[in-house]
Amino acid sequence: MFADWPLLSLTVWLPILGGIAVLLSGDKGDASGVRRLALIISIATFVLSLGLYTGFDITTSDMQFVEKATWISSFNINYHFGVDGLSMPLIILTTFTTILVILAAWESIQKNVAQYLAAFLIMEGLMVGVFAALDAIFFYVFWEGMLVPMFILIGVWGGERRVYATIKFFIYTFIGSVFMLVALIYMYMKGGSFAILDLHVLKLGLDEQLLIFFAFLMAFAVKVPMWPVHTWLPDAHVEAPTGGSVILAAIMLKIGGYGFLRFTLPITPDASSTLDWLIILMSLVAVVYIGFVALAQKDMKKLVAYSSIAHMGFVTLGMFVVFQIWDNPANTDHSGAALAVEGAMIQMISHGFISGAMFLMIGVLYDRMHTREIGAYGGVVHTMPVFAAFAVFFAMSNAGLPGTSGFVGEFMVIIASFKANFWYAFLGATTLILGAAYTLWMVKRVFYGEIANDNVRQLKDINAREFAIMSILAIAVLALGLWPAPVIDVLHASVENLLLHISVSKL
Amino acid sequence: MTLDALNYAIAWPEIVLMAMACVVLVVDVFVEEKNRNFSYLLAQLTLLAVFALVATTGEETVIAYNDMFVHDSMAQTLKMFILAITFVVFVYSRDYLKERAIFKGEFYVLALFAVLGMMLMVSAANILMLYLGLELMSLCLYALVAFQRDNGNASEAAMKYFVLGAIASGMLLYGMSILYGLSGSLNIAEIATAIANSNDNRIGMSFALVFILVALAFKLGAVPFHMWVPDVYQGSPTAVTVFLGTAPKLAGFAMIMRLLVEGMGGLVNDWQMMLAILAVLSMATGNIIAIAQTNIKRMLAYSTVSHVGFILLGILSGTAEGYSAAMFYTITYALMSLGGFGMVIMMARAGFEADQLDDYKGLNQRSPWFAFLMMILMLSMAGVPPTVGFWAKLAVLQAVINIDMVWLALVAVFFSIIGVYYYLRMIKLMYFDEAEDQHPIQCGRDMQITLSGNGLLILALGLYPAGLMALCLATFG
Repeated sequence: MFADWPLLSLTVWLPILGGIAVLLSGDKGDASGVRRLALIISIATFVLSLGLYTGFDITTSDMQFVEKATWISSFNINYHFGVDGLSMPLIILTTFTTILVILAAWESIQKNVAQYLAAFLIMEGLMVGVFAALDAIFFYVFWEGMLVPMFILIGVWGGERRVYATIKFFIYTFIGSVFMLVALIYMYMKGGSFAILDLHVLKLGLDEQLLIFFAFLMAFAVKVPMWPVHTWLPDAHVEAPTGGSVILAAIMLKIGGYGFLRFTLPITPDASSTLDWLIILMSLVAVVYIGFVALAQKDMKKLVAYSSIAHMGFVTLGMFVVFQIWDNPANTDHSGAALAVEGAMIQMISHGFISGAMFLMIGVLYDRMHTREIGAYGGVVHTMPVFAAFAVFFAMSNAGLPGTSGFVGEFMVIIASFKANFWYAFLGATTLILGAAYTLWMVKRVFYGEIANDNVRQLKDINAREFAIMSILAIAVLALGLWPAPVIDVLHASVENLLLHISVSKL
Repeated sequence: MTLDALNYAIAWPEIVLMAMACVVLVVDVFVEEKNRNFSYLLAQLTLLAVFALVATTGEETVIAYNDMFVHDSMAQTLKMFILAITFVVFVYSRDYLKERAIFKGEFYVLALFAVLGMMLMVSAANILMLYLGLELMSLCLYALVAFQRDNGNASEAAMKYFVLGAIASGMLLYGMSILYGLSGSLNIAEIATAIANSNDNRIGMSFALVFILVALAFKLGAVPFHMWVPDVYQGSPTAVTVFLGTAPKLAGFAMIMRLLVEGMGGLVNDWQMMLAILAVLSMATGNIIAIAQTNIKRMLAYSTVSHVGFILLGILSGTAEGYSAAMFYTITYALMSLGGFGMVIMMARAGFEADQLDDYKGLNQRSPWFAFLMMILMLSMAGVPPTVGFWAKLAVLQAVINIDMVWLALVAVFFSIIGVYYYLRMIKLMYFDEAEDQHPIQCGRDMQITLSGNGLLILALGLYPAGLMALCLATFG
């Protein structure tokens, strides 16, 4: 329907300009008008982004919906948008999640409503820009720019230790990204272009690649976050308002994973191949060790935060295990590499739905009880039966129950890891046990048993708005779990192309 | 020699400025206290007229006054920014001066003469000319710092500034005299030729270079010659600080370009490492010590020191891209600093200086718009896109990486990470903390509009930096 429109520009600028409009409409008087305006803008953006899916050609790995214009000619920096199968699904995930976040804030946010909603809308545009940008500096502008609204969100609407958490969040990410900036400038000096696709084919020696690899690793590992640079995430999650946690878990972490696919692997394939053991090690530590850490948490948000780190371990594992799949002499037909990367992508999307749902659920409880301590709950199922049903469902999908989206990605990555090394698959598969343990144990303590106290006794079940949010997410989780083919089809050509590219040495 | 041969017309802006400064001085004597605004308007009108004269001068390089005075595109661009910034400084400072009963014609006369000094520095083709411009500017600034003469801090600041400034001038003069002795000329172009032709006098030249460099570092406030900066910035009335922290930086940049690059460009291998050391020390000291400050003027002073380090990075690269990056940085820094100190002036009122960081607590509740502008200014100083500060850092880093000094770029980004902390703390105070001071924010409409324009310009240049970048590149291309 809107094939001729500059869809990517619209999806980036509509929420940003809409956010400014929301900001200008102000906090005076009744906030319901502002809320409605923000909701309309977010839905319109989502509808626009669907055009990317309907108009997408799954047979090609080329960039689609390309828009290019000169921005800063003296540095050869362009206003350059385009998507392929790796970025398009993440853009739709972003626009989809933003609607839920705005809905979730309907009643729980009463302070500076316009500023809160505007921050989310502006952040949405910036995050879409990160996924759509094809010029490295253009990408970097969005990448850093999106820190600012998140910084404000956590700092203004966050919990007790919000200032500590938000400054930690900002500085951690900033440290990672400035070194990436130096690497980007270095490559510009070498190749004369900031276009990401030109960087992919830039010839680099192994020493250069290793240094650039580490610069990228600092940026993306912090964002994912990988063990041992994950410590900002639990703090940020615990202190952030519900919406902030959802965006952090569902989108921002994916930007790190996306960075590995878009920058690290294709730009430094030889360094990635040399140091794949390092990433695999870090991923497995995240899966196993962080899984145990999650088990020990008393705060629900912290528990889900650690569970996110563990699940993102699968993403990085899937991306870097391909080199070992190729190197494994027992795996003569070199199969399974595409399965690993596609599994990582599916895991990212699925985790976007599930972690978003988990944080929204905690938000529902927190709005009523104003505590996230697991110990303060017990027997919620007796007072909130409908909500408990959703909670059990999302907990099961977080644990990777077959039939839910949580299963698909993890299963694909585990199967692929078998082709590289039995022990990778074995250690990775412990997540199925650990994930079930920490999630279901939390559900057991919060929802089952006797009613713990009078506060729980007075709980009211979810209202229609919350029911709507939960059911949309549940449908998404089920759909992706039962029939992932449409998403895999979108990914396939781009993943094949990526693998073809990184299988050829740059040396 | 006839007047025409002097090619005097090229200096019309300076001539008009000097004449008008004298007129303001005389007129002000006859103006009654209640009509003091007249002097203000006359000064502003002068700046506008001189700006128009500079803007309409041709682009081609002209040398006049017996090779004393040069007009080129660098001079034109820098002069236009100096004049525009001074105009804004006058707008910002009017109410501030009135509230402190120092709204006097002398303020404008001194500032106009300081501007004249800067313009002469920018257009100097002869080291004596450069020195005279520098002294004209400095003497006026010393007096301006002491303008609030009953204030102990201001007097102390003026004293420090004067003594250290005099030492620096002495150093500069000594270095220049050695240079003159070795090259036999005061003309910058002839000095450059002499340096290019002399291989035996290298030691002597380096000796002169060190003295000149020390003086330049003093004037710019590069570590370890930065001691005066925080004290002077803090002690001066904010209306003077905002002047001190902006326009003279542009003149200082021009001075470095004229002396080091145009005059002693042949010694680039000698001054490159010296500047690298100054730059690293400035970025380190400025960013680290700024964290410990509780006074915003002091904090911004240390931030200036760190930004000077970045400007030096661009210059030390010794390439046209590097010079234009440094020029871009200097201009954008002057605009950011203008907005930052402008915000301090706006927050101040009679009997209240708003110079403590805690005075900014909860600004978002008191005035969301100005909190937003301050946030943009802070983010720009921290170098976060999409503000112009990011592009300035990008350009400078690019220049450094281009000459294979990647280590220097890494050091620079490392210290900019440290710097982010105190800029973020400012945002934290404004947005996350509760307001303690509930006074309504009052300032004139002219100030509000100018300050808003200043802040939005930082954002607009961040979204579209290409124009200014191309302008700076064309200067050295």
